[in-house]
Amino acid sequence: MNKRSLSLWGFVGTVILTTLMAASQELGLSRINFPFMLGTMFTPNRDRAGLIGFGVHFLNGWIFASVYAAAFESWRRASWWLGAAIGLVHALYVLVVAMPALPAMHPRMANEQQGPTPTKQLEPPGFMALNYGRRTPLSVILAHLVYGGILGAFYRLK
Amino acid sequence: MDEKRQALLFRKSTYNASYLPIDDYALIGDCRSAGLISRDGSLDWLCLPRFDSPSIFAAVLDTEKGGRFLVRPVGEFRTERRYLANTNVLETIFRTPTGACVLRDLMPVSSEEDKRAYLTPEHEVLRQLEGLEGEVEVEILYDPRPDYGRVRPLLEQRGALGLRCEVDGTSLTLRSELPLELTDGDHSACGVARIRSGERKYLSLTYSMEAPAVVPLLGEAARGRIERTVRWWQEWADRCPYEGPYRDAVVRSALALKLMTYAPSGALVAAPTTSLPEAVGGVRNWDYRYCWLRDASFTLRALFALGYREEAEAYTGWLLHATRLTWPELHVLYDVFGEAKLPERQLPHLEGYAGSRPVRIGNDAHGQLQLDVYGEVINGAARFLDRGGRFDRDTSRMLNDLGRTVCRRWREPDEGIWEGRSGRFHNTHSKVLCWVALDRLIEMHEAGYLEVSVELFRANRAEIRKEIEAHGYNERIGSYTRTFDGEEMDASLLTMPLYGYIEGKHPRMRSTSARIHEKLARDELVYRYETGTDDGLPPGEGAFGICSFWAVECVAQGGNVEAATQTFEQLLAYANDVGLFAEEIDPDTGAALGNFPQAFTHIGLINAALTLAEYRDEHALAGQDQPPAEKELEDHT
Repeated sequence: MNKRSLSLWGFVGTVILTTLMAASQELGLSRINFPFMLGTMFTPNRDRAGLIGFGVHFLNGWIFASVYAAAFESWRRASWWLGAAIGLVHALYVLVVAMPALPAMHPRMANEQQGPTPTKQLEPPGFMALNYGRRTPLSVILAHLVYGGILGAFYRLK
Repeated sequence: MDEKRQALLFRKSTYNASYLPIDDYALIGDCRSAGLISRDGSLDWLCLPRFDSPSIFAAVLDTEKGGRFLVRPVGEFRTERRYLANTNVLETIFRTPTGACVLRDLMPVSSEEDKRAYLTPEHEVLRQLEGLEGEVEVEILYDPRPDYGRVRPLLEQRGALGLRCEVDGTSLTLRSELPLELTDGDHSACGVARIRSGERKYLSLTYSMEAPAVVPLLGEAARGRIERTVRWWQEWADRCPYEGPYRDAVVRSALALKLMTYAPSGALVAAPTTSLPEAVGGVRNWDYRYCWLRDASFTLRALFALGYREEAEAYTGWLLHATRLTWPELHVLYDVFGEAKLPERQLPHLEGYAGSRPVRIGNDAHGQLQLDVYGEVINGAARFLDRGGRFDRDTSRMLNDLGRTVCRRWREPDEGIWEGRSGRFHNTHSKVLCWVALDRLIEMHEAGYLEVSVELFRANRAEIRKEIEAHGYNERIGSYTRTFDGEEMDASLLTMPLYGYIEGKHPRMRSTSARIHEKLARDELVYRYETGTDDGLPPGEGAFGICSFWAVECVAQGGNVEAATQTFEQLLAYANDVGLFAEEIDPDTGAALGNFPQAFTHIGLINAALTLAEYRDEHALAGQDQPPAEKELEDHT
């Protein structure tokens, strides 16, 4: 794997993915906030959670970039549409599998069966993270398509 | 059971049923969904898996097509009902010429620790039938009609595993210790059995979205679930520190409110039902299975004051974060996860409660402008802060943005708190709440908890007050008015002292209270506005429960605690036999009207009881001397 290229474009892809997700929050498309969701695994302090989550989110960005890069290397080709295709699978996996399973892994997240003890915790995302807004799947898929597209377009094969 | 008898039973149960009075129902629930059970043992309303999901049973909206789950004696019987003390476990005692039996209905709940120790179904309705005296012949009818009665699923008899049907990939299973036979082309099941004194039989209805579904045990295991549920509710109710003379009513209201909270997000729905009419046969039939922001600060006052801090914090969390989709604007209502687009649709296949059409799902009020919600949310945030809560940077920024939205929009007309459908007006109540929003933000800023655009907010706060006093008060009639430069009364004006906009003893407020009593009250019951006010709908509705309780608080704040106490006690008599209130009360008959039970009414009851306790204490400390102005208020009330 081309580690320099992976590091650079993994970082750029994550920056753009994060920007798109933040924009979708501001535009009222979705309430999902990946850094906050990740950060609250470590601390209940909202401000600190945002910071920690940001770090974890970027680390994840690189880890996933290495998976994308491994796929490009195994195919011996990389292009924006190949990257976007992996991004689509990645987004669907996040929405359909990871999000509904998150309450079981997240120490501060309620599940859909919570109650009657009230949750002081985070509300569960539900299937396709629809509990965070009906347009959440759209935002997540779009952001991951762009993330994958950037990696595919700019990653240089070793 | 022979075929002839079975067919006879089915016809009797399904087609001879008429609509029972709304207050003949009682509520059970698990803080995610809830069901209504009638005095004759029929589960006539149940939506799963959430309050606002399509119904499984909806006989309350259509006795023929809605579907029900009935357990009751055959022939004549008398009924007594109660909740087991300090619980939401309903007990219905049936007395017949041959004996008596008791039906206990509940949706089992338990602590999160217990849930980790026992495998529990996602949702369960558990019904325990116990013989008390002699022998009672009971009939059972199980007739699920999912999707608001549009689906008639085929029931599959699976022996010991019960009767099962699939609905859109979910599984509904009924296990019964009483014999049931499939009938009506396998779309329903019924049975007749005899219960002798001392015998206990269980029926368990479970709903599962996941497979394999949990099929709960009956017998002793079911008894254990009832015991755990009773224990959970009693421990929860025991936390209520209110020890005043109305403890039973206050605790029952708290228990009812708890049933209307959605535990996974902390939201509180206005009512667990849709389209129970505000006038029988009328068109004022709305879907209340959503969360209205207008209830926010009153809800928080009730929850914090009753010691339910976890619930209050969860609700604040929902209030401040679930509404982010629409920031920096606030909508009128949201669903339990904060979705604001809830388009209204009609269900023409349902005849509606006693013919009250249309049956609606969704609520078009989501598209209205109600400026009062800003004051409610910000006042709620201030209550949270008062109780030791703190805001993170995002929330602080959001609150400041809400204040800026108020500054930008308070001059606009709006639909107002009652969601009228006759257009937008300069509603005095909405302007007052805009003042409240800015006032609380300035207070939080001055206390060092928030950074806000304080000069802008101060200037607008002063301007709003000036406008209210110039245009919202009519010197000729001596009252604040429903709209600017108007002459009509509105009960929402009773909240002005409750928000701290004006002292209850201020001459303007006293005369407003007196005018409202003259124009809107029938004895202790208060209408929300004058009959004949054009609200865009055909006339006809009852007195509003919450307005009647606001009047109690307003009179108490005005200094006449005795009159307020007397009115409060009279209002308590309008609760049904298990202590529940609907949205409205028919002043002619005392019957409940509108969606049932109504969170807003119970919040009003709790807050009125708290205010009475507060002012009674003050009154006692101050001695028995009343200021001369008291006399005037007494004359009017």
